Amino acid sequence: MMKSLKYILAGTLFGIIMSKSEAISWYRIQEMFRFQSFHMFGIIGTAVITGIIAVWLMKKMKSRDVEGNPISFTDKEKTWRRYLFGGTIFGLGWALTGACPGPVFVLLGQGYLVMIVVIIGSLLGTFVYGLLKTRLPH
Amino acid sequence: MLELIKQPWPWYTSGLAISFIMVILIFFGKSFGFSSNLRTMCSMLGAGKWVSFFNFDWKAQRWNLLFLIGSVIGGFISANWLQSDAPLNLSQATIHDLQKLNIKFDGNIVPSQLFNWGFLATGKGLLIFLGGGFLIGFGTRYAGGCTSGHAISGLSNLQLPSLIAVIGFFIGGLVMTHLIFPLLF
Repeated sequence: MMKSLKYILAGTLFGIIMSKSEAISWYRIQEMFRFQSFHMFGIIGTAVITGIIAVWLMKKMKSRDVEGNPISFTDKEKTWRRYLFGGTIFGLGWALTGACPGPVFVLLGQGYLVMIVVIIGSLLGTFVYGLLKTRLPH
Repeated sequence: MLELIKQPWPWYTSGLAISFIMVILIFFGKSFGFSSNLRTMCSMLGAGKWVSFFNFDWKAQRWNLLFLIGSVIGGFISANWLQSDAPLNLSQATIHDLQKLNIKFDGNIVPSQLFNWGFLATGKGLLIFLGGGFLIGFGTRYAGGCTSGHAISGLSNLQLPSLIAVIGFFIGGLVMTHLIFPLLF
């Protein structure tokens, strides 16, 4: 039970952070893609810089996780096509709906029930990717 | 304290809080990546019967689904108890640009003009919500991650592939915003 609870609590905190940072805002995403405010760039920039320091420290100190296992980081597959093509397709959807996958669910919790349609669409998109995976350049 | 939390958070607090989420998930022995839940959900719905990509031990991803449920709860808590009374502090330039597309700035987190069942029932509304969702699902799985998996986790671990993915996110976002939005709205 405690094992499950910690993930639910981490997710709840994530939902609150996404809401209060306004990263779930359709307006803020438009503002970002029009380079009209520093807000979103500041959020992502701070997260990345502090994240780089945190990961570096964890590697340096050979940190262990809560179960005592050594923390390891897996490198992403060294290629570029899937990242550029897939990334661009996701970017189109991000700007179109004003939400990336996390915020889609946070907005649902906020009471925007129309997000159910975005979720159905994203499950369909994921399914079609699985269907075409072997035929796409990666 | 509650009053302080209710205010919109400055970007540095928000950014720090997001990397904190990544760090606690690493200490839980997991990694921060939200979009893989979509693949897990497809598997749960039985997609593995037709497509081998979905034929994996999705129960190992249960923790991430719990994280997803938490994020819905977090949204609910924020909307009901942590809302500030002030309208969203959107830049004047964006308000002006959106006006030209006939999208009114109403001070909410999302434009109520678009995020309602009435708009969804129009062909354009369905295209935006269902089609946008499709692009999100297809693109994130193709790229192997979304904003959390690539922009936060990947860049924090100095992964070049993640940087390429983030550049892709922006190419797509800029094309949609500057070239396709004027045709859509």
